[in-house]
Amino acid sequence: MSLIKYESPIREPLIDGHKTYQDVTADICHTIEAKPTRLWYIGFGISVALLMFGVYSVYREVTYGIGQWNVNRTIGWGWDITNFVWWVGIGHAGTLISAILLLFRQGWRTGVNRAAEAMTIFAVMCAGQFPIFHMGRVWMAFFTLPYPNTRGPLWPNFNSPLLWDVFAISTYFTVSLLFWYSGLIPDLATVRDRAKTKLRKHLYGIVAFGWTGSTKHWQRHESLSLVLAGLSTPLVLSVHTIVSFDFATSIVPGWHTTIFPPYFVAGAIFSGFAMVQTLMLIIRKVMNLQQYITLGHIEAMNKVIVLTGSIVGVAYLTELFMAWYSMGVFEQDHFFKYRIAGPYGWSYWLMMTCNVVSPQLFWFRKLRRNVAFTFIMSIVVNIGMWFERFVIIVTSVYRDYLPSSWSIYYRPSIWEIGFYMGTFGLFFTCFFLFAKYFPVIAIAEIKHVLKTTGETYKNEMSGLEKMTDEEFYATTHHDHHDHSVKVAQH
Amino acid sequence: MSVKKFVVGCFDDENVLFPAVSKVRKSGYKIHDVYTPYPVHGLDKAMGLRETSLHTAGFIYGLTGTTTAVTFMSWVFTKDWPVNIGGKPHFALPAWIPIIFELTVLMAAVGMVLTFCYICQLAPFIKKHHFHLRATDDLFVMVIECTDKTNENDLKNFLAAAGAKEINVQVAETDWWIGRYDKEQQLYKEPSVA
Repeated sequence: MSLIKYESPIREPLIDGHKTYQDVTADICHTIEAKPTRLWYIGFGISVALLMFGVYSVYREVTYGIGQWNVNRTIGWGWDITNFVWWVGIGHAGTLISAILLLFRQGWRTGVNRAAEAMTIFAVMCAGQFPIFHMGRVWMAFFTLPYPNTRGPLWPNFNSPLLWDVFAISTYFTVSLLFWYSGLIPDLATVRDRAKTKLRKHLYGIVAFGWTGSTKHWQRHESLSLVLAGLSTPLVLSVHTIVSFDFATSIVPGWHTTIFPPYFVAGAIFSGFAMVQTLMLIIRKVMNLQQYITLGHIEAMNKVIVLTGSIVGVAYLTELFMAWYSMGVFEQDHFFKYRIAGPYGWSYWLMMTCNVVSPQLFWFRKLRRNVAFTFIMSIVVNIGMWFERFVIIVTSVYRDYLPSSWSIYYRPSIWEIGFYMGTFGLFFTCFFLFAKYFPVIAIAEIKHVLKTTGETYKNEMSGLEKMTDEEFYATTHHDHHDHSVKVAQH
Repeated sequence: MSVKKFVVGCFDDENVLFPAVSKVRKSGYKIHDVYTPYPVHGLDKAMGLRETSLHTAGFIYGLTGTTTAVTFMSWVFTKDWPVNIGGKPHFALPAWIPIIFELTVLMAAVGMVLTFCYICQLAPFIKKHHFHLRATDDLFVMVIECTDKTNENDLKNFLAAAGAKEINVQVAETDWWIGRYDKEQQLYKEPSVA
């Protein structure tokens, strides 16, 4: 092997248990090959039921119009756009893990990247529903696309942040999907080659695209992954930046702030990691993958959560400071009378508690490595992040410039809630299918790091530590093959 | 479409594989390919493969996206239908940056993936000959092409000495075809060695 990445013995192994390549394959393919458990059927059933309720709610909205929701002229965006921003935010963690952590050479990403990417794709699918159905006349949704039409041709307004959003979300979805699937191809080939039944051979044969594992193909695959990671890194930052432009480019007090792009991106990573935690903790338990998604992985993600949670906290305080410092009467009223106080004040303080105060507990190592605590926190964080978007959207507009149109008593209708529940159904239906029929952990990537960070092999690496620089250079710049032999001698 | 004869040696350890690859190459045998369960870094160099230029293709696709976005939006807003938006300039480059960026990324990514699938012959319903099913599990499968001069037995012994755990001879189609993985399908009727 080429230079085995220098791996300090202080770092804990990323793969516990004494695994061989074959064990890795067998462990991860196990759930695909076994019959689904009763728990799976129950979960899947609930998800499909929620999805059906969502479909009916959307049917009501499409048939009878936006009036099925309790949004009004003052609070035009309500739950719908709150849910949109919330889902998009969640959809940021997957690409962050697979792209940015790849570029930062964070080895621990290999255990969680596949499922996190899948989660990203499903979350973006859910997010996309909200602005589309918020159009009211959903059958005209294609008007947002710049195609040559018979109305002039009349083009969409390329200067509008709402159109930027169309491009950003659709690009993000496409690129994430391609990144995810190109990584899946070799693993699907593994499943295909292990398949015993005819149907499985046929179906996995189709989806594995005829992958053989040729060295040349791997070389191209590596190049592709690296470039896609390089492209996804600015992309993932751009998407929530552009979502924040929907607000920041307006002149509404409470939205009109330049801090929004970094603040939204940090919030997105924050909520995304929380959702990854929720799903990973379930998956590792249900599928018996504790040796691949270790406490080390959970701790690493909790560190990201406490960091981004604190960034978000700083952003909240900065907003208040800027409102005070601006001396703008409207700005000050909105923040100090309508947001942190007033009829919706409770949502602000709920957001503060969930997003800023409670994640601080993750400064304690014991709590970062506590599975039950992490699970509860991951849900708390996502509730907090939902309320963040609710606070931004609703408390900024419910008392607008004309007191006669103030709208204090906005609460969602059952069909508004149903739509949101429906996206949960969509998300979990997709996720249950993914968890059953796809390798939830990147098999090839785990094999790639097995001999550097697997528990069995880690001890052998400690020889490197004792070498002088010259010895290290001499060992690693030789022919690749005798490397491990020399390490053993030291 | 060509059917050829191959000697296949399977290794179970990459530390044995690397010296074997250089030995085989030094002895003048032609390595058809090495099939591995994961990307073994440095194997491409050891086999003497050249660097891939896929990333260059990606760069060109990206530039295509940039150019498309800039020219299209300029054309729409300055020539085809110049709309007066609050007296702001028609050529509003700063406002177009998001879409220019998104289109650059989109075209680079889609173009690269399609190119990758094309040059690696990857698509649904494509079938290829697999020399060993465990090449996607735990074996590193070295496939050596036999020529007129190759002595099979010598080569087998050579591979065994180099550390191969499993050695066999296969006559195989080197190309792809449309097929199903649950059925034995060959493109050719009679295996005949060229």
